[in-house]
Amino acid sequence: MSLVKNVLDDGLEGVPHNFVTGRLEDLVKWARSRSSWGATFGLACCAIEMMGSGGAHYDLARFGMEVWRASPRQADIMVVAGRVSQKMAPVLRQVYDQMMEPKWVISMGVCASSGGMFNNYAIIQGVDQIVPVDVYAPGCPPTPETLIHAIETLHQKIEDGELMKRRAATGAGANLHIEEIRASFSPTTPVSIGRTA
Amino acid sequence: MSEQVADESLHGCPTSDSRGQRVVHPTRDGYIALLKKLLDDGFTICTDLTAVDYLVHPGRALPEGVDPERFEVVLNLLSIADRSRLRVRVQVPESDARLTSTFELWPGTEAMEREVFDMFGIVFDGHPDLTRILMPEDWDGHPLRKDYAVGRIPVQFKGANS
Amino acid sequence: MTAVENIRQTNEGGQEMKPRSEAGARELLREVGAVLRMSEAEVARLGEMPVDADEDQTMIINMGPQHPSTHGVLRLMLELQGETVLRCKPVIGYLHTGMEKTGEDLTFLQGGTNVTRMDYLSPLNNELVFSMAVEKLLGIDGDIPERAVWMRMLLSEMNRMSSHLLFLATNGMDIGAVSMMLYGWREREEVLRFFQKVTGLRMNHNFIRPGGLAADLPPGWRDDVLSILDMLPARLEEYDILMTEQPIWRERLQGVGVITADEALALGTTGPILRSTGVAWDLRRDEPYLRYRDVDFDVIVGTYGDAFDRYAIRLNEIRESMKIVRQILDRMPSGDYRIQNKKVTPPPRARIDESMEALIHHFKIFTEGFKVPEGEVYVAIESPRGEIGCYIVSDGGPKPYRIHMRAPSFVNVQALPHMMRGGLVADAVAVISSIDPVLGEVDR
Repeated sequence: MSLVKNVLDDGLEGVPHNFVTGRLEDLVKWARSRSSWGATFGLACCAIEMMGSGGAHYDLARFGMEVWRASPRQADIMVVAGRVSQKMAPVLRQVYDQMMEPKWVISMGVCASSGGMFNNYAIIQGVDQIVPVDVYAPGCPPTPETLIHAIETLHQKIEDGELMKRRAATGAGANLHIEEIRASFSPTTPVSIGRTA
Repeated sequence: MSEQVADESLHGCPTSDSRGQRVVHPTRDGYIALLKKLLDDGFTICTDLTAVDYLVHPGRALPEGVDPERFEVVLNLLSIADRSRLRVRVQVPESDARLTSTFELWPGTEAMEREVFDMFGIVFDGHPDLTRILMPEDWDGHPLRKDYAVGRIPVQFKGANS
Repeated sequence: MTAVENIRQTNEGGQEMKPRSEAGARELLREVGAVLRMSEAEVARLGEMPVDADEDQTMIINMGPQHPSTHGVLRLMLELQGETVLRCKPVIGYLHTGMEKTGEDLTFLQGGTNVTRMDYLSPLNNELVFSMAVEKLLGIDGDIPERAVWMRMLLSEMNRMSSHLLFLATNGMDIGAVSMMLYGWREREEVLRFFQKVTGLRMNHNFIRPGGLAADLPPGWRDDVLSILDMLPARLEEYDILMTEQPIWRERLQGVGVITADEALALGTTGPILRSTGVAWDLRRDEPYLRYRDVDFDVIVGTYGDAFDRYAIRLNEIRESMKIVRQILDRMPSGDYRIQNKKVTPPPRARIDESMEALIHHFKIFTEGFKVPEGEVYVAIESPRGEIGCYIVSDGGPKPYRIHMRAPSFVNVQALPHMMRGGLVADAVAVISSIDPVLGEVDR
């Protein structure tokens, strides 16, 4: 059947666009953006902020990303958090290759985006030398709010559907740059845990 | 502030004072013998073993009788019983960048010596596994030497004319 | 690049663990975890490893560098017989940033930004040891104002608390108590918020600089610290109930990763690992720096040298840090937050508009940097992981000629083969977690 062959060859993009399949596409994109699982690629200081954004205060779970899968076979979004050294670069590429389509990459922090403050022999000057990057999140380290902004930007783009079409055409990532958000601090009244004081 | 000329020696090797910290300068041949004596003296922990490349240094103060060479291997020893520290600086020539390993005395220096080998190219005789530790195995060169460039790439800024 | 070519690229050749038939005798002993200060007979006995008739009964398995344990990019090669670990070889270098080389390009004032990213869980301690080494070279280490010294102590102890809270979180998660991860981060957020109020950043602050600190404590800091100190003790008691007294926790950690005092000393380990073996060595008490001589605290020491002791030591060190912070709250003096030496610390911003001299000093300090006299010095302090030392060689210029950080985790990771031998793979995770390595400082 030609429909099946289209899907097998081109995935979602191969489905002919009509009233019925359009709704199906929307459903799939909606589901993908709402429950993307991150691949842990926490390398250095940014990994600590990434874990912090998964913690109780910033809570990535409300965006469907509480599950971080170490196995690349089960992950959708690779968040490269930290500086990538010469020894780590082939490992990064290997993990990226092992991820299943559709996959996206967020480059978290300035070291991953451009080499950061370490412009020297040891650090890859930007992971976009190795993998196609979809969102660049600046900061050293980016506050959890910046990371959430980056993830939400990516989710929005996933839901729009443009990313996969562009990736199929050019092989490059979306190259979206976001603004850094400074962490907000309320007066330090600690989170209450259900008992007094 | 300059280092005072040694008027005392430790186990036959000249000593000096560096900002209030005691430093002893053995020769390459007397290095292991001195370290064995220091171990017996109670310096049970070797906290740090590193090296310095003095290629472009304008001139360092060394006590009488110590000939400066390009490389210097520096050990920092700690005696828990006496709560005292001691620094050992041994000169290593560039033409024959070898030194005996201290693995037999302090097994904890194993990774530190590998790092010095990786970063400076100084070979440690008697080390059980002298391979690179920080750089990839097929890396050329020893990064922390002074004749090895930092590896900065020129950064193109948005809106730059050229 | 094809997948096969890529796999070949990740092969690290001589750095990896060789199969037993190819490894030399001394290398084998080292990987088994023999400490070579034993007698010849003991060495010979250790050399007789369980001989397998067919060597394919054992597997060499790679753990990492990317794995879900939260300790960063540590790669462990394990030789397993079933689930038992026979040999272990850590392969590091996956986070090597060339910080020591970059440090030679940055002035002494900028050096803090570089150094603070080494041990990114206790960045203020990195900055502190670097600043102390620079001050010693400058000769001003006795002239730092009292308030600056006490502020440094306050920040250092708060950093110790946040680092140990993260240890509790990751240790819990590695053992399986995943909710501990959420609790630890929740507590840590409070401390990070305090840091943000004081230094402007949650992590990697570059706040402790040669000569003092970058700015004074903001108004209302006492209330913030008190609210943290009021909240924590009850929660630490909850962790005692959740973990310390729990039979599963004890089963997983007691007797796991045992190391003796002799081995720990020979390997150069310091910090909670050394203290867990019974050696009461803490630089805050034994080689006091800052004003630790004037505050009252206990040094927590273990007995068995196992992972449970290390966990308990770190948990109680949080309590000791709280004790110290309370004393600092009471005794914080007023005064300058940095030395008033115009050559070293920049003048206040307001004065730049009024005085030409102040403008020139500001300009010179931030562009060229202040010159440090020729010499070399090694300064060590107690970081949450052990003894962190900074060895600086200066050539009289504004940039360090050589800067080397003696990272505690770099040396502590050498204890891994010793602790893992004979244990199970699940214990391997517990052991790595109990050492609490930070790969940023291991690889620098």
